[in-house]
Amino acid sequence: MAIFLQLLFTGLGIGAIYALVALGFVLLIRAASVVNFGQGQFSMVGAYLLVVFFNVLEVPYIVSMIISVVLMAGFGVLFAGATYWPLRHRGGLPVIISTIGASIFLENIVLVLYGPSPEVLPGLFDEPGIQLGQVFMDSQYLSILVSAALLVVLQYVIFEKTLLGKKLQATSQDKEMASLLGIPVALMILITFAYSSMLGGLAGMLVAPILFVSVGMGGLIALKAFAANIIGGYGSIPGAILGGLALGVVETLGASYISVPYKDAFAFAMLLAFLMVRPQGLFGEKISEKA
Amino acid sequence: MSVDLASARTGRGAPQAALACALAIGFAYLAPADGYYLNIFMQAATYAIAVTGLVIVLGYCGQISIAQAAFFGIGAYGVAIGTVDFGLDFFTSMALGVGASGLLGLILGLGSLRLGGHYLAMVTISFQQIMTLFATNWISFTHGPDGIKNIPRPDLFGFSFEPGNAFLGLCLVILVLVTWFIWRLKTSRLGRAMQAVRDNELAAGTCGIDVFGTKVIAFGLSAVVGGIGGALFAGGFRYISPDQFSFGESIVLLTMALLGGVQSPFGALVGTSLLVVLPEWLRFLKQVYLAVYGAAVILIMVFLPDGLWGIVLDRLRLRAKSIDGAVPRLPLLAERGTESTEIVLEVKGLAKHFGGLKALDGVDLSVRRGSVHALIGPNGSGKTTFINVITGLYRPTAGTVRFAGADITHDQPHQRNHAGLARTFQNIRVFRGMTVLENVMVGAERKGNDIAENPTKVVERALAALDFVGLRGDAHRLVGALSYGHQRYVEIARALAASPKTLLLDEPAAGLNLTEKQELGALLRRLKGHGLTIMIIDHDMNLVEQVADHITVLNFGRRIADGLPADVLSHPDVIAAYLGEPRNEAA
Repeated sequence: MAIFLQLLFTGLGIGAIYALVALGFVLLIRAASVVNFGQGQFSMVGAYLLVVFFNVLEVPYIVSMIISVVLMAGFGVLFAGATYWPLRHRGGLPVIISTIGASIFLENIVLVLYGPSPEVLPGLFDEPGIQLGQVFMDSQYLSILVSAALLVVLQYVIFEKTLLGKKLQATSQDKEMASLLGIPVALMILITFAYSSMLGGLAGMLVAPILFVSVGMGGLIALKAFAANIIGGYGSIPGAILGGLALGVVETLGASYISVPYKDAFAFAMLLAFLMVRPQGLFGEKISEKA
Repeated sequence: MSVDLASARTGRGAPQAALACALAIGFAYLAPADGYYLNIFMQAATYAIAVTGLVIVLGYCGQISIAQAAFFGIGAYGVAIGTVDFGLDFFTSMALGVGASGLLGLILGLGSLRLGGHYLAMVTISFQQIMTLFATNWISFTHGPDGIKNIPRPDLFGFSFEPGNAFLGLCLVILVLVTWFIWRLKTSRLGRAMQAVRDNELAAGTCGIDVFGTKVIAFGLSAVVGGIGGALFAGGFRYISPDQFSFGESIVLLTMALLGGVQSPFGALVGTSLLVVLPEWLRFLKQVYLAVYGAAVILIMVFLPDGLWGIVLDRLRLRAKSIDGAVPRLPLLAERGTESTEIVLEVKGLAKHFGGLKALDGVDLSVRRGSVHALIGPNGSGKTTFINVITGLYRPTAGTVRFAGADITHDQPHQRNHAGLARTFQNIRVFRGMTVLENVMVGAERKGNDIAENPTKVVERALAALDFVGLRGDAHRLVGALSYGHQRYVEIARALAASPKTLLLDEPAAGLNLTEKQELGALLRRLKGHGLTIMIIDHDMNLVEQVADHITVLNFGRRIADGLPADVLSHPDVIAAYLGEPRNEAA
């Protein structure tokens, strides 16, 4: 039981990372109908920014994180300018393919700059963690869970309580109507890209002390985040969060009780199982084309 | 008699394919036997086969598969494990590998293709990752990261493919045959169905195409072709390992297809040749080369949406000849018939609720065979929802739909079309990537049409329908190049070519100017009196009065009047619905 609780804690921690990346995914799907296959590279770029500021320039940790997150917003806009903007009137497929292109480009550019050997980042806190009953709560996993919870609350407040949030919601529901009401739809979409990139980047920085920083770190996270999306219900925000957490837990338990080498297969097996049995996911997809 | 009737012939392109095979064998024997060049040619040939598979699924059917390297790998492992570990014959092992590849493709497709395109992308990536995990970790079966060495090459009827040149010849001949098959697929009934699905799934369904089935077949075929490429790859290089079939390789294959042009197998050949040879020339780029790859994908999408071969195709299309010669008239026009008392379409208690909104709220309606039945009503009264429920695009909340004596309430759109129901759309839904003639052929090919199984007659019927709407001269133009009004005629021709029992026209006059409306009215009058049942929705009362035998009026999802045009149009409720209540005026 002690082991199970310990695994549950670890699973939720890693699941929170998937949830943050999945959240970035969903927001782009809702705002711009973009399925962004470069979402994972946001995390990778974010983690490398932290490496540059903290390890190389020796800026204090928290300050490095803040600078990196701000830079990620600009990066998101650049990303949108290259992959989404020129193709925005040509339907979903070309944009998907160009985001795949961007993800390969980013991984290999960073590879050229930093080489294949992974970088190491320390955790946010020096203390190793807290013992709570039978469970040892590692400080980095705790940081991840707390940050994720704060972000979810913050996002709720922004979307539900501010004018900007209302405009973003209007854009995602009906672009034509939103623009008729004087909402700058293009700006809203760019803001969503920036925010999505910040979320992904932050997830990368939070997970970096656990996973090492490598060019390939984002790809796998993004795949699992996408799986979390479908498991939770394509396009659903609570679905993305719950799907991410569920995936983290299943994967951690599976690796521990069934097989370590096939750890990464559990997420995909779970995804395939959902597609076969309940393709609308936990919360259901509400997308139907009007004839 | 014409370009296209000739192209419907079976065995088309066979002489060219035979010639290409001969050239391929000649090339293989003249190619330097030295390992380096032979390897490059072998790689190009086997990759090209896998890439042509992507032409089917992505180019023709518009579905993204990012697991072509996985299917390629399954074919390769089939040959490697079969020959090395089980001592099976090369071709038997190849059949097993290709079979496994196709089977897995079918299973994946069945699981994911009912949903949107991004699901297939996601599922194929997952599948790709799982395959790599198995290849690396299931050491007792796959030999793990060490890979499998000393894969033998085949013998066939005493001829040994052991020498490199002989095996290259085999690869190239298979490449020619696969290319020929896929080139012909494009202009076949199945190929047109795939392209219709790519261009407009809803319209494809109402034209009688089983959208889901067509996608599954496209994906399955592409997996089979990928497997063939991989099986030959294993024989060519005699050594395989998991990293040769990774996610990165799937992206390389995808890039090859996109660069060359995904609309044609020839594009796949161009793209593959370039990207196999270029890295050899671009060795100085070293690590940057994959980054260049990634950037190239974006640049191709932005600047070369149809790939390199697309440029060639545009040139060819400009040269397409117009079709001369006599074309038989639509058989419909030879028939005589007016309204009968028989009910062909009967709707009872039909309801469709969207959440709290009752778009249709218990509508009864009977359409008599041979009549022109108009359905009118103010905006938002539920007319289009009605047609969408009748044609199966929406599931009704309650009620039944009977057509030609059978209950079709729970049928799929394509099944309703097979039963003889054809429609047009308010917001035009043509297949934009196809020519005018091909659009109409899709209609003529519906299962249940008298001529559907005869390719020559399908072309004739499509031309007859185009002749009727006056667009025969535009048969070989891309449908997107036509004006809005003419695209609407293409839709009508597409529906007429299907020889439907009942034709549903959803606001055919919407968006037309006055002259075009008059033309449309004349066209509809020409359709009358031949026994065809027509149900028309429109706002244009002038048009409705000209053609309707019978009018039903909807308002707020309910039927408020039904009967002969003169009675219905003077009904006080109808006048109120259109012009407002008198007390509203006073207020």
